[in-house]
Amino acid sequence: MMNPLTLIKNGLIKENPSFVLLLGICPTLAVTSSASDGFGMGLAATAVLMGSNVVISAIRKFIPDEIRIPAFIVVIAGFVTVVQLLIAAYAPALDKSLGIFIPLIVVNCIILARAEAFAFKNSVIDSLFDGVGMGLGFTLALTIMGSIRELFGNGSVFNFAILPPAIEPALLMILAPGGFITFGILVALFRAYQIRKEEQATGSISTYDGWEKLGACEGCSLKSLCGGGNQSVPCASAEKKEADA
Amino acid sequence: MSGLLALFIGSIFVNNILLARFLGCCPFLGVSSKLETAKGMGFAVIFVMLMASTMTWLIFEYILVPLNLQYLYTLSFILVIAALVQFVEIVLKKIQPGLYKSLGIFLPLITTNCAVLGVAVINMNEKYGLIESIVHTLGASIGFLIAIVLMAGIRERIEVSQSMPRCLRGLPIALVTAGLMSIAFMGFSGII
Repeated sequence: MMNPLTLIKNGLIKENPSFVLLLGICPTLAVTSSASDGFGMGLAATAVLMGSNVVISAIRKFIPDEIRIPAFIVVIAGFVTVVQLLIAAYAPALDKSLGIFIPLIVVNCIILARAEAFAFKNSVIDSLFDGVGMGLGFTLALTIMGSIRELFGNGSVFNFAILPPAIEPALLMILAPGGFITFGILVALFRAYQIRKEEQATGSISTYDGWEKLGACEGCSLKSLCGGGNQSVPCASAEKKEADA
Repeated sequence: MSGLLALFIGSIFVNNILLARFLGCCPFLGVSSKLETAKGMGFAVIFVMLMASTMTWLIFEYILVPLNLQYLYTLSFILVIAALVQFVEIVLKKIQPGLYKSLGIFLPLITTNCAVLGVAVINMNEKYGLIESIVHTLGASIGFLIAIVLMAGIRERIEVSQSMPRCLRGLPIALVTAGLMSIAFMGFSGII
């Protein structure tokens, strides 16, 4: 059994699903127009992730390898329905602001990726803590995004006014473009930090070349489903090989 | 008729599925580094989305509503979409190898694409009829094609740049570009 704290820390920082693994980009962009929306979405996804990780890990010995993806989807969709009904009953305001992104947790690649990469291979307890760590990492990322966008777009964080009213907030930040631009800058900062850390550790200039690392499919274990990385698949690595050839 | 036209234009430009609704961002960022693949992906999405939303509309209206099981829509929609995509892949492989070669590789990627499920759920939430659903879906998927092809065209040029800071290369600059495109698409919001 792995140390639960390591698993949680892994999800929060080292393999942060949003900033490092770049999974689940859609909700990261869509429901972060305020800090509380981001936080709520993060917690909903965490609940689904914990539930699906535990159940999938518990039944992993009974699922034939070939039909594991449909089996995962059924388990995940079941938990999403439960969470959806709970939110609708107990937090109708959140239900309204998250809208269709609650049912869309089903296709959030973080959850399917963790089922495939972790829960299918590890014990129930480990999977539970992995779910908690990944979920909290996602929540952290969404809350950071939401806070930044709300601060600049509305002058407040979690509905507490922070900027003085004399400063006109930039409405653009809570509209769609703000989501793309904020996330782009945050990912760039995260990468700059990683490059610097690598250079400090090795003492030489990093060989990191951003173009190689396309990002969106990377770390996604659905690669086995979509065949990512094969020559026949429109994945970044395949394109790169083609270009070199 | 004019209502349908407004719905169609609106779903392409004003409520662009990628740039205004944030659905389907993964393929938008993952498959948009080359014009040719972006085009293939766009057409595959049109194809799958039209079938999936017709199918889910029928299932919702004729199975879930009569049985009073509306709350199971998430579960049933995703299963139907997954099965449908798999089925289409097998059929295409057998009957239309040419088409399969150009679209087939994108099909599995689309199963877990939130745009397909998202459009089905929007159709349901907005209580669109069958014709309205199809028009809305067609508009949304054409909007996807336009956005992903534009993006690929821009990215092919960006990637020539050697002076860009290393941390911005690849995904971060693609995101910022998408933000600028999204600002441009906001300009369409007055046309309806």
